[in-house]
Amino acid sequence: MASAVAPGAPKARPGGPLIPKTNRRTYWLYLVPGLTLLTIVIIVPLVWNIYLTFTSYRGIRAPEWIGLENWQRLFADATFWTSFQNSLAMIAAMVIVPTLLGLVLAAMLFDLIGKKFGARFASFLRATYYLPQILPTVIAAIVIGWILRPQDGALNTILESIGLGSLAHNWLGSPDTAMPSLMVVLVWVQIGYPIVIFMAALQRVDPELYEAAELDGAGWFQRFRAITVGMIRPEIFVVVLTCTIAALKVFGPVYALTGGGPGTSTIVPSYYAYSQFFQAQQVGYGATIATALTAVVAVVSIVFVTVQSRLERREEGR
Amino acid sequence: MAAVLTPTKPERRRRTPAGRGPGAKRKAGDWVILAVAVVIGLFIAFPFILIVINSFKSPTDYATSGPLALPAEIYTDGISAFWERVNFPEKVWNSFFISGTVAVLAVLLSMFNAFALGIGRIKGRMWIVILILLANMLPQEVLLYPLYFMFREAGLYDNQWAVIIIFTVIQSAFGTYLLASVYSTFPKELLEAASLDGAGRWRVLWRVVYPISRPTLSVLLIFFFIWTWNEFLIPLTFLISNANQTVPVAITALQGDRLMDVTTTSASALLGLIPTLIFFLIFQRTLTRGITAGAVK
Repeated sequence: MASAVAPGAPKARPGGPLIPKTNRRTYWLYLVPGLTLLTIVIIVPLVWNIYLTFTSYRGIRAPEWIGLENWQRLFADATFWTSFQNSLAMIAAMVIVPTLLGLVLAAMLFDLIGKKFGARFASFLRATYYLPQILPTVIAAIVIGWILRPQDGALNTILESIGLGSLAHNWLGSPDTAMPSLMVVLVWVQIGYPIVIFMAALQRVDPELYEAAELDGAGWFQRFRAITVGMIRPEIFVVVLTCTIAALKVFGPVYALTGGGPGTSTIVPSYYAYSQFFQAQQVGYGATIATALTAVVAVVSIVFVTVQSRLERREEGR
Repeated sequence: MAAVLTPTKPERRRRTPAGRGPGAKRKAGDWVILAVAVVIGLFIAFPFILIVINSFKSPTDYATSGPLALPAEIYTDGISAFWERVNFPEKVWNSFFISGTVAVLAVLLSMFNAFALGIGRIKGRMWIVILILLANMLPQEVLLYPLYFMFREAGLYDNQWAVIIIFTVIQSAFGTYLLASVYSTFPKELLEAASLDGAGRWRVLWRVVYPISRPTLSVLLIFFFIWTWNEFLIPLTFLISNANQTVPVAITALQGDRLMDVTTTSASALLGLIPTLIFFLIFQRTLTRGITAGAVK
């Protein structure tokens, strides 16, 4: 965008409002509705939750102050640590695999299939890949649960019909396959999001760059790495950040597919907090888990946004 | 960030030089890659194919031929049974009203926020963006107890406006994050020209910023609509009466019901999917074009 400004155009005071002769303080007016609603819906509940972490509260009688007891219990709680370990698996399934696969598939659709087999066919495939994203999580879970269920589930039926009946399994119900199955489902759910964003980003890339690289004898992979990944880096950032937040606080699929089980094999922090809140009625402890999770998500996001704005500034400087 | 919705530079429009058009120079390797892409597509679409096949099957047909066979005859009792049991049109309207209102209000709120942050460049804007992003970072369970008490006090419990207010704030967090970054690279000369014409900030916002960022705003509108439509936990908690429920809540509420055999379940999934699918197909082109549509015409 920077290049759209005519060279030699007078530079506005760096950091000032983009509209000349306006006072930047008066722009606060435009933040009033947003920040008011944010305070009511987000900040107040968050502060209330932080307060609850220092109390014993079962949802009926008034919260009772117990100091740091919940936090001590949290750090000694094996289930809590398991839930964060499982978050790493969620990051693999919701961030790493979809981003890498999404990059390759988007480049493949855009670069090869779109150019050699027609753009309509490429956008048809893109829409297909995006389908799971528009399916409400709970409905997806109903369907997936039914495909994976042990008796007369579709997957086991297929395995039997092709003579691999010995591989049939209680996919979500046994501790050894519950997590891998959940991860496959999450990849399936997520994959459309990076593809749509990356394909849109690729339209920004100058095709001449590819042609020049091709003339220079660069192979497909070299072009992919140097041009595709380089040019759409901002989009990769967005996808990785939003997917990481989603992975850390993932709730719906776990709630609907496995309920954290069997045992604690698929438990995640968000679901653990939920079960303390509403099943065990340990509201104070649930609030502690949720607050710890929020803190982790916030730290990750702040690091991300800082790095990103530093990169953006460097790019602007060029 | 900026670049996600940064408009395509006009001089960089994709051209199709001779020899690179559709159908040109297809090598054997291209067909292999095409086959791979199609197989992946089939794999992704497989559950949807199953939903469609089994929605039109009778329970006895399902019991004898299993989930994979095509229906012996088209059976629509599952669909109509589900339709009547949950009063489907009412649920679709509820979901549509909530998601539509949220989408419009959240886009508006994102635009105001981003105007102050991206164009007004107020002090400490990065920290304000992070503060607003908190709405996105919080696990939703955190909100349930406090908001339950607050909305009950305000008389908004079991009222669709409670859900609308909550999601307007949550969705506008993402919108603010995105738009603020887009607006911070807004073509300066347009803003300068407008202010030379004597337009105040409010008019600059509506006459210059709004029309030029419309493609981006419509992408946000579509995302917000679909995301809100698919939400589950908060509508489940705040809309307890049947007449207020949304489509996903109504479908889930029926699971475990004895009347729900496999094919009716499948039919419910089909019906739950169709509204967002239609919405997506209508706006598909806006979605991809909007992200890159040229700003400076």
